[in-house]
Amino acid sequence: MTPAILIVDDEPAIRRLVRGALERSGYACNEAANAAEALTLARHVGCQLVLLDLGLPDRDGIELVPLLKTMDRAVLVLTARDATAEKVAALDLGADDYVTKPFDTDELLARVRVAMRHRIGASPDTKLSVGAIEIDSAAHRVTKAGTAFYLTPKEFALLFELARHAGKVLTHRHLLAAIWGEAHVNDVEYLRVTMRSLRQKVEDDPAAPALLINEPGIGYRFNIAAE
Amino acid sequence: MNPDAARPSPEALLKAAKREARGRLKIILGAAPGVGKTYEMLREGADFLRQGKDVVVGVVETHGRAETETLTAPFEVLPRKTIEHRAHKLTEFDIDAMLERRPQIALIDEFAHTNAPGSRHPKRWQDVEELRDAGIDVLTTLNIQHVESLNDVVAGFTRVRVRETVPDALLDDADIEVVDLPPDELIERLKDGKVYIPHEATRALNHFFSKANLSALRELALRRAAQTVDRQMLDHVRLGGEPGNWAAGERIVVAIGDQPGGEFLVRAAKRLADSMHAPWTALTVETPRSARLSDEARERIASALKLAGSLGATLITVSAASVIEGLRGHIAEARATAVVVGKTRRSWWFQLRHGSIVDELVRGNEGVAVHVMPLPMPSGENDKGKTTPLDARGVAIGLAMIAMTTGLGVVLQPVLGINAIDLLYLVPVVATATLFGLRASLIVSLAAALAYNFFFLPPIHTFTIGDPQNIVTFVVLTGVGIVAAQLAGRLRREANVGARTSTENAALAAFGQRLASVADEAGTAAVTCSEIASLLNVGTVLLLKKDGKPVVVGASPDNVLLGPIDFTAADWAFERNEPAGRDTATLTASDWQFHPLTTSLGVLAVFGIAANGRGEPLPADKRVLFATLLGQAALAHERLKLEGEAREIAALKQRDDLRATLVSSLGHDLKTPLTSVLAAADVLVHENPSSAAATTLKTEAQRLARLFDDLVEMTRIEAGALAIRPEPVDLTDAVTSAVHDLKSVLAAHKVKLDVPVALPLVMADPRMLHHMLINLLDNAAKFAPLDTAITLSARREPGRVMLSILDEGPGLPVGNLFNKFERGDGSDSTGGTGLGLAIVKGFADAMGLIVRATNREDESGSRFDIEWPEPMVRTVAAQADAP
Repeated sequence: MTPAILIVDDEPAIRRLVRGALERSGYACNEAANAAEALTLARHVGCQLVLLDLGLPDRDGIELVPLLKTMDRAVLVLTARDATAEKVAALDLGADDYVTKPFDTDELLARVRVAMRHRIGASPDTKLSVGAIEIDSAAHRVTKAGTAFYLTPKEFALLFELARHAGKVLTHRHLLAAIWGEAHVNDVEYLRVTMRSLRQKVEDDPAAPALLINEPGIGYRFNIAAE
Repeated sequence: MNPDAARPSPEALLKAAKREARGRLKIILGAAPGVGKTYEMLREGADFLRQGKDVVVGVVETHGRAETETLTAPFEVLPRKTIEHRAHKLTEFDIDAMLERRPQIALIDEFAHTNAPGSRHPKRWQDVEELRDAGIDVLTTLNIQHVESLNDVVAGFTRVRVRETVPDALLDDADIEVVDLPPDELIERLKDGKVYIPHEATRALNHFFSKANLSALRELALRRAAQTVDRQMLDHVRLGGEPGNWAAGERIVVAIGDQPGGEFLVRAAKRLADSMHAPWTALTVETPRSARLSDEARERIASALKLAGSLGATLITVSAASVIEGLRGHIAEARATAVVVGKTRRSWWFQLRHGSIVDELVRGNEGVAVHVMPLPMPSGENDKGKTTPLDARGVAIGLAMIAMTTGLGVVLQPVLGINAIDLLYLVPVVATATLFGLRASLIVSLAAALAYNFFFLPPIHTFTIGDPQNIVTFVVLTGVGIVAAQLAGRLRREANVGARTSTENAALAAFGQRLASVADEAGTAAVTCSEIASLLNVGTVLLLKKDGKPVVVGASPDNVLLGPIDFTAADWAFERNEPAGRDTATLTASDWQFHPLTTSLGVLAVFGIAANGRGEPLPADKRVLFATLLGQAALAHERLKLEGEAREIAALKQRDDLRATLVSSLGHDLKTPLTSVLAAADVLVHENPSSAAATTLKTEAQRLARLFDDLVEMTRIEAGALAIRPEPVDLTDAVTSAVHDLKSVLAAHKVKLDVPVALPLVMADPRMLHHMLINLLDNAAKFAPLDTAITLSARREPGRVMLSILDEGPGLPVGNLFNKFERGDGSDSTGGTGLGLAIVKGFADAMGLIVRATNREDESGSRFDIEWPEPMVRTVAAQADAP
């Protein structure tokens, strides 16, 4: 059986602990201690998801992100808490999600689950069904638990883009470019305002969003971990 | 005269305009009491009255004389004001009544009068000024001894000093009429009792009214009046630009040039001015040539001007194409009556080539006395203008060579013929000219011509010349001698200069090289001192400033001892950036002459020289070399200083880099084991869900991780290294993210969110705001009892958006907790909470937010507020939803 997850970290202790947690959850794992090893294993042994620590001894982990994406591997980045720019860069390069070190194992497992599922469920369909939400982009129709409600074009586009990548963190830049166009990649305000009105229609409690989750300074994700 | 000089000057126009608006002042000036000033004033007033003018008498001192009293009869006389002073009743001029009455012309006697105490102005002339300000013309009287500037002069010969004086400026501004009475007549009037003299002053005044005194006073009065007229004429000329020689009083101009002896000229002019009681001006003319003047020449001009200024001259610099043009222009404009110029004893040859300022001055300025002072020959022209002195030895050798040539000629004549002989004579002539200079060569060429004539030209053995061709030979011999001598002389001079500059250049180059080879203070000082000492044959010392005091860092000879006065002089040079000590303007008692080493970084060191033995430390011809050496030494010190600074900056940068590396490696190296610990704790918790130890391990490891983040952030705050990236933030997002990330800590409390969805966005760095909220929530969770509520409440208020974290804990000890966490104030004293709150404060300050820690109004717990002032609040943008 092909190992599902490749753990890339230069710290043996972390590799061992993470591997233990993942294997307990039923994932087959492989380990790499540096970038060269990671690329070789990803290319020749294969895996679905790479758990990538960005601080590697032989190469900047960021550089591996696009390489791994061309191999069609899901990438979950492990990074320091204050490295906002690094996270955004990794996400913009195609990383699916990030986990901040030191991480909570439960949190890590939840993210891994989402990333694995997302990778399987990634599709360019016009009809999406994420949790209670169903979206038909061709008909411009959204229903939540069967109830249809009206969204403005921007709200609809935002929801559709997030839902299409459900579970994945989409950066501000990504969302702004996709919905408002490249000229507006810095107008975070548009995103906030539209997100707010969207939440009022989609969320059960708009003041405590559970579906459309903010990642401070980075972006938004359509939350499917709650399920 | 340049065309601009005929244009009215702005100052003159301004003065005239001021005069037009104010009331005019006319002063009837007299030499002494009794000459009839009051009489004259009243007479003139009566003239005005007849012309239909409104004339009022403000005050007239009739001294009870009937003659005068009848004269006041036609006038309206203002009653005097009575002022009580120490039981005396004094009457004074009533200025308010006059201002009220507002006539065209007011007659006010005794301009210099001192008012009784309690009057509005202490002096009557001040009353008059106020009247004039109100537009009233004033006619008044004044005795010459009351003019301020003449008070001393008058007291000097009359031995009567008056305290009541009038400023001179008032006279300059007034029309002045002198009531002139020959001394004899005045004495006559005095005898007849026609002059009022207070009884008690009779004796003193007997001396005052001597004929000699009266004559002197009369002269002074006339001259002062003339001076005023003169000044007004000057204003008039400036105003109308109407040239012409109007001079009435004497006015002296001394022309200061770059030649030595300027101070001598200044003193001469001062003496002249004193003897004529005339104002004087020291003038320099800036010409295109001025830019090329040597520093010494500038120095000479400056010191002469300084002296002139200290002796009371007005200092003026004019620009003109040539000295003579500037001088002439100024003479015409200032209406000078006498000019003092210097004349250098130059050769007639120099004058022929350069012309003479004196001659041109005399030619071009009729009516102006030109005082010419002989000046010493300019030292700089010695080697150029002067021929070398006669070299007796050269003449002797030259004559010997002539004798030899003659002998040789006699021997060779049969072979060569006489036409070749003259060429032979060229040899001694050219040789003498080349070796011994012009004068020797002239004598030798004369001797050669004579010898040639005597021994070879027919008729032989006579000095007669038969053939005109031989005359030519004679002239050519002499001419060749002169030309050869000139050429040789020039060559020799240039060779001299060249030789000197090349030795100096070599010395400078060597100096520069040696300076470049040392890289520390002591080495530079040692090289500077020893090199300059040996080059200039002087004692040298170099001082640096350490702890505000000059300190010797190098000297040659090594055992130099400086006294207190020397240190003071060195300090002066440091502070003032000018030479001090011997042969300078300051602290000349010092044996040393100190020069600042001036650089673009300021004065870095002071260099002192002293003569070896007595005498001047520095001969004039070495000064340029010395200045160049000093410049090099200054550069070397500048280089040292810059290198030192560069090293410091490098060290500082290294330290900063180290700190940054430390922080980021802390970030990595400490977090890595922490990550392992946390992961291991997770494993333990997973395996033993009921183990309290495992749970504690996990929560404490998480706390450690947060504490650790705080440490890193604090380091950033203290280093001023926060990178702030503000963006519009939805507080709903900020609050839910923080609560989410801290959910394990907050698990034991009830978290209430009260953030209205319609709240405007606020500007903040999301990461920093997140950290702030985490810290505040952590703090609340730590102190509030379990199961109590922690409320996050945001609201829009006028002028701000507020986010509050409210807990139901014991509340805060006193006051505003955050005040304790101003930067630099250690957080050790406040235990565990300090760091977290200090970061909240630090981040808030960095982002421009306001934070407050208070107790809730109902005392139910503590309350932490984050406030966004209006400029940081973003009202919702409508275009967000535009297609």
